[in-house]
Amino acid sequence: MASHGICDKVAIIGMGCTNFGEHWNKSTDDLLIDSSSAALANAGITLDDVDAFWLGTMGSGLSGLTLSRPLKIQHKPVTHVENYCATGSEAFRNACYAVASGAYDIVMAIGVEKLKDSGYSGLVVSAPAGDGTQATVTAPASFSLLAPAYANKYGVDEAELKDVLTRIAWKNHRNGALNSRAQFKKEVSKETIAASPLIAGQLGIFDCSGVSDGSAAAIIVRVEDAHKYTDRPIYVKALSFVAGPAAGPIDPSYDYTTFDEVVHSANDAYKQAGITDPRAELAMAEVHDCFTPTELVLMEDLGFAERGTAWKEVLAGTYDLDGELPVNPDGGLKSFGHPIGASGLRMLFECWTQLRGEAGARQIPGVGQKDSVKTKALTHNLGGAPGACVSFVSVVGSKLD
Amino acid sequence: MTGIISYGAYIPYWRLQRSTLASALGSKGAKGARAVASFDEDTTSMGVEASRIALRGVSEKYSPHSLWFATAEPGYLDKTNANAIHAALSLDISVNAFDCLGSVRSGVAAVHAAVGGNSMAVLSDIRTGLPGGNDESMGGDGAASFCFGTENVIAELLSTGASTSEFVDRWRTPGEKASKQWEERFGEYAYAPLVEVAFNEALKKANLTAADVSHSIFSGLHARAVKAAPQSCGINLDTLRDDFAATLGNSGTAHWGVMLANVLDTAQPNEVIAIVVLADGVNVILLRTTEALVAHQKQQDSSLTVQAQIAAGRNDLSYSQFLTWRGFLHREPPRRPEPDRPAGPPSLRTAAWKYGLYGSRDESGFIYLPPSRVSLQSGSIDNMEMVRMADIRATIATYTVDHLAFSMSPPVVAAVIDFDGGGRFQCELTDVDPATVKIGDRVEMSFRKLYTQDGIHNYFWKAKPVRTGVK
Repeated sequence: MASHGICDKVAIIGMGCTNFGEHWNKSTDDLLIDSSSAALANAGITLDDVDAFWLGTMGSGLSGLTLSRPLKIQHKPVTHVENYCATGSEAFRNACYAVASGAYDIVMAIGVEKLKDSGYSGLVVSAPAGDGTQATVTAPASFSLLAPAYANKYGVDEAELKDVLTRIAWKNHRNGALNSRAQFKKEVSKETIAASPLIAGQLGIFDCSGVSDGSAAAIIVRVEDAHKYTDRPIYVKALSFVAGPAAGPIDPSYDYTTFDEVVHSANDAYKQAGITDPRAELAMAEVHDCFTPTELVLMEDLGFAERGTAWKEVLAGTYDLDGELPVNPDGGLKSFGHPIGASGLRMLFECWTQLRGEAGARQIPGVGQKDSVKTKALTHNLGGAPGACVSFVSVVGSKLD
Repeated sequence: MTGIISYGAYIPYWRLQRSTLASALGSKGAKGARAVASFDEDTTSMGVEASRIALRGVSEKYSPHSLWFATAEPGYLDKTNANAIHAALSLDISVNAFDCLGSVRSGVAAVHAAVGGNSMAVLSDIRTGLPGGNDESMGGDGAASFCFGTENVIAELLSTGASTSEFVDRWRTPGEKASKQWEERFGEYAYAPLVEVAFNEALKKANLTAADVSHSIFSGLHARAVKAAPQSCGINLDTLRDDFAATLGNSGTAHWGVMLANVLDTAQPNEVIAIVVLADGVNVILLRTTEALVAHQKQQDSSLTVQAQIAAGRNDLSYSQFLTWRGFLHREPPRRPEPDRPAGPPSLRTAAWKYGLYGSRDESGFIYLPPSRVSLQSGSIDNMEMVRMADIRATIATYTVDHLAFSMSPPVVAAVIDFDGGGRFQCELTDVDPATVKIGDRVEMSFRKLYTQDGIHNYFWKAKPVRTGVK
């Protein structure tokens, strides 16, 4: 399989991200207007300068009109993409390819989701008409399957695993407390997290990401044009998107301790970016912590820990803001919130912010400076459930290789 | 020789103690317990379970001419309920499926229709009444299924007798949850002559006397009339068999079928069984067991006898849960959307999967649930054979307890199960205690009603723990 990548061919010159949370007073249109305006201002351009648009939303609208109508876009291509919870990343990936192909000079990738208007708890996805035999478990239940399987395979007892999961939630809340855009800007004690009411399996309410509204956007140009707009563009090193045969739920050899799709997309992305030791080379990572066991398993799938050891690394603080490899420095899905179509671009927004040294109180030490050694960051975004998901990995960097 | 060639009874897992009921209502309670169909069961799904047990006892070549389904509590009107049973049993498309609905007497009709034509009769009922009433306490839920034929007959049909009279004893208008009954003593008076007429007719046709009867089964919803009937028939009271009033309650349409299954579980060859059903008249069926019964009993799974199913029941159902399951108590639902109604066209396309639990098996032996057209390893298309999974046991690979998902009886216990011999499936567990589920537990499949939406019952399969019951 050929996957050549477009390393150092396109660059981000501006980004915008709304606050995530319960926006009772803002519509999908409002969120799109706010994030796109912020991104355009950040890049120092106007809407007229943008040649084409990629809009990611899973359920907040259909077609390009969802963007062109509120922004009053004058007869330009607007593509609507959807790929479960990795929808925002998919919008970004396709926008990058459009620039790399030479078809357009300046494009916008924008993601949005308005979840809080449904009135339901958790995520609600409408399915096509079916025969009524599809499993009806909720997202937390699907992902909760990882916890007992991981504990069983690696001999971690139930209480110990609960401590690990609790520490992941605690860390992401602590990071989110330093982020003015986050849905939950508050540290939460481990005792409170551990004692929260059970939602599914071992997972309490604090093991689940925030259901929220929000939008994020990026402006992308060819690398050779980037310095016309900013002194500190962020270069796209790798983009990998993988959909698998969704065989986990039907294949007895799948053991619910890994996401095969993530392993494949990570390997592809590292190859595109020329990364051989991700844990040592990356300055930070934004990963899809939809539920705490997901983040645990991802540490191994992304090569940040040896198999069966991520739980120890979590307890040792390896992925803390001041740890060896900070993971989800912006609070992650857990405390920044998870408006589906926006999340992939929100992850990228944190890479953009950290690699440019603009993260303020949560700026990772030694990152984002002129003389920084580590200049690359990773985003990981997935959609679906263990054994049947789509996975996206990107690597971006502040220096050309 | 014509008669029963196989049978099965299905007793739901749950029991409501009459003392529990009494303490909830502050009344004086009768002793014992009643059987309760779970929230995900109805008369159709219980009919499937009883019939699956019955079909274990016949050769694979057996194909009934027709399937007759009888109940006083049908899932549907207008639409034939027997069709879902037909589909769940994967009967041939050429096999008829018919309903006999509405009255408790329809169970007899189903057997009459089935007996002469190498057919199946499926009797099923869910009985309750208004809170605090006698029907609520003394009713029970269950099903029985009989395969009739002419070869390997285990109980030969000797004769039948009947009497019919129009009188107002028990009645219910369609849609009502509880039936009403006239003053009890009137029914006793009305039934008495009807019993004698029917019983004597059957004896005469079979050239037998009451003294020839080894096992007698008296069944009907009018307890006093049923109790008085054996004496008026001249039956030796020692031949009266368990009516399960103490352990299961009266399952109406299905009740005499459950009692007969219990008798057949332990009867000896060449014994006469008398069945007397009091329901808007009286029907009598005389059977004689054959030598073939011995072999039949020997091959039967000991966990599937009526006594074993009674012993395996769970005794601590709360009264509030019972009321909720039967629709007398509307509880606050989770803040989640209700499930979609199952759509007609996809349900027809996947009927072998949805009702028959057929998977597909590729050239490497990998089993796909639901059936797949494309092989995972080789990518070859339509190189599959269909394989029925419903009667294969499985082991829990992993599981979770979902407190958020919509359910009539939360929490949902969802499991990933691996079938013996291949095939993985993610499904709900039922008749299970969430606190005791473990990886490695053994489960078997059970046909259930997942939910009802827009009046469409969503029938599909769940897994339940394997219970061996009494040794």
